[in-house]
Amino acid sequence: MSSAPSAPAAAKFGEVIEASVERLTGQCHALYDAPPLGALVRAGDALFTLVDGVSTAALDPGRRVIARGAGLDSESDVYAEHPQLERLLRTDVTLTVVGHRDGGRIFRHLPPSPPRIHTFLYACSSGETAAFMEPADWTAILLSGALPAADDVIAAALRQAAPCFPDPRAFLMSACRLIAAQLPADAARLAAIMRRLPLDEPGV
Amino acid sequence: MTTANGVEPESLESESAARERVGAVVGGSLSRGLDVRLEAAPAVENVKVGTFVTMQGRFNRFFGIVTDLRLDSSDPRAGLAVAFGGAALAEALSGATAYSTASVSPMLTTSAEGEAPQPARSLPPHFAPAHRASPGDVAAVFGGEDERHIWIGSPLDMEETRVCLNLEEFVKRSNGVFGKSGSGKSFLTRILLAGILQRGTAVNLVFDMHSEYGWQGTSESGYAPKGLKQLFGARVSVFTLDPDSSRRRGAATDVDARIGLDEIEPEDVGVLAATLGVTDLGAQACHTLKERWGDGWIAEFLARAPDELAELAEKIGENAATLGALRRRLRVLQRLGFVAERAEGGGVVREIMEHLADNRHVVIEFGRHGDNLTAYLLVANLITRRIHEEYRRRAERALATGGAQPTPLVITIEEAHRFLDPGVASRTIFGTIAREMRKYRVTLLVVDQRPAGIDDEVLSQIGTRIVCQLDNDRDVEAVLSGAPGSRELRGVIARLEAQRQSLMFGHALPMPVVVRTRAYDEDFYAAVGAAGANLSREDLFG
Repeated sequence: MSSAPSAPAAAKFGEVIEASVERLTGQCHALYDAPPLGALVRAGDALFTLVDGVSTAALDPGRRVIARGAGLDSESDVYAEHPQLERLLRTDVTLTVVGHRDGGRIFRHLPPSPPRIHTFLYACSSGETAAFMEPADWTAILLSGALPAADDVIAAALRQAAPCFPDPRAFLMSACRLIAAQLPADAARLAAIMRRLPLDEPGV
Repeated sequence: MTTANGVEPESLESESAARERVGAVVGGSLSRGLDVRLEAAPAVENVKVGTFVTMQGRFNRFFGIVTDLRLDSSDPRAGLAVAFGGAALAEALSGATAYSTASVSPMLTTSAEGEAPQPARSLPPHFAPAHRASPGDVAAVFGGEDERHIWIGSPLDMEETRVCLNLEEFVKRSNGVFGKSGSGKSFLTRILLAGILQRGTAVNLVFDMHSEYGWQGTSESGYAPKGLKQLFGARVSVFTLDPDSSRRRGAATDVDARIGLDEIEPEDVGVLAATLGVTDLGAQACHTLKERWGDGWIAEFLARAPDELAELAEKIGENAATLGALRRRLRVLQRLGFVAERAEGGGVVREIMEHLADNRHVVIEFGRHGDNLTAYLLVANLITRRIHEEYRRRAERALATGGAQPTPLVITIEEAHRFLDPGVASRTIFGTIAREMRKYRVTLLVVDQRPAGIDDEVLSQIGTRIVCQLDNDRDVEAVLSGAPGSRELRGVIARLEAQRQSLMFGHALPMPVVVRTRAYDEDFYAAVGAAGANLSREDLFG
């Protein structure tokens, strides 16, 4: 672990319910308690993944959710009136595997095998995030993958990781250069990713 | 990131670290040059046309010069993306999608340290790292300063590094210093002459059209560079054709040179035909007159009254009108201040020859006659032709008897295209000297601003060419004619700075190099430091 003692520890939020080498599905222990799109999530001790999708639906696919707010003033009243909803609904996250850890070393490519089902999922601390995200070689997996929203995931991941670095802009620019090197003939795609980054905002 | 570091042999890594890495070889060919992709941001803007670079292969090191630079992009639409993407996008793309490429002409190669460089006939491998040449590289290629090499300047952006010229090889061929007016030809020529003088590799005979080599000249900045006489004292003899001008300038001269009309031969008039306006028939008539009267033919001819010409014409079978025109033209010669009826003593040529044989270098100052092309052509031709004959005699005698060859002679002429233009090159002695090369140990140092005016055949015999800034495309083409890799060098010449910068290539240099000429100043005077350096007129003559 590279996180300093004072840094907040990684927070457990769910566990793996479907697993392959490239993709995982995780379920959150609490409704709506999913990390945001692009967050770095560790599965167990060794696997690094990025949140590429979050969804909330009925636990039982046969039982459709019905509208319950008629006559109530606010959305929170709905949940207060129907406490069972916390049990009938669940929030899932889909994760793209972007690296793993073996001993002390971090590898930004796929692991040899998928994690076991029920492996716990942790939102990485900022120390872990900084250690994994640079260099941004992990972008290769997303850039070459078939994920429709890959560019959004990359941009979201960079945006979230940036505050973990002492010089966020330098981190973003070095990542962009690396992406540019991987897209020699597609400057427009790089431009699209960069438009999603807070590069020209003050303080970045 | 992938870099070419893997190609670099370990033993060379520490040495390479001291050099400035500019990029890596990514393609190209021997004939049209190598493509070196420039890496670091500083390199992109600091590498210039003419920069001397080395490329390190696994077994050989290659030396080359940058001949062109261009901006490339792996995505043709990158420009459009940047137009809408802002500064950050441009920053991310530069170096990756958008990059600079230098065209490098590979010139030489060495297989091991200390081995003399050979012309490059192979190429460094893909991704061979390219570095800016170190002072050690420059020394390995051009040699250090010693009794044969003179320090002539420094490579581009390497002020502390010395490019040396092998004078012994230099004087074996005719050479040229070209460049437009004010580009520093005279300074370069002074350095070359002083180098030859100091090292004693040859004796100089300088036709000093603008009176700047013997005694101090003037530069555009108002600084008065010292002449050879001031630096080398008695080892230099200054002959003046205009004693008044020399006195006015406070120049120390050794001999007031006068040319006798009886020294002028029909061939001399032939060379002057264009400037004097003598027709072909007139030039032929000169030969007839010479046959009739011998050496004194001009004096005799000019002594005839105009009404005697018809009679004379009949007698020698020439046209009276031709003779009339010729007489008017020849009177121009008679009116030149330095022309006397008869040569005094053995004539000025013999006197010059004596000085040269004594290893004293001769500068012929023209003073006000420097602006008179007729005077310059007449004197330069007349003296050179006789001296060349004398040298030929001596060289042949030495060959026959196995005796010592005469010291090589370097004749410096300015406005060379006047002697060497295609119309007269075959007739003037200078054309002959340039063509026969060093057979008789006489070579030319041609100083000129219009090389396009020089006969191709002569130009192709010029061994070492030193080219300062030239504007005219035809001149650039002319100085490059017959040089290997001339297409690439053209771009280098086009980008020379207006002053003190030159491209040198040819016989005495292992590879072309862009040089910032060393300063011709007190340090130089001290360095050539011959006895008698920095002499004033009083020191020399009391």
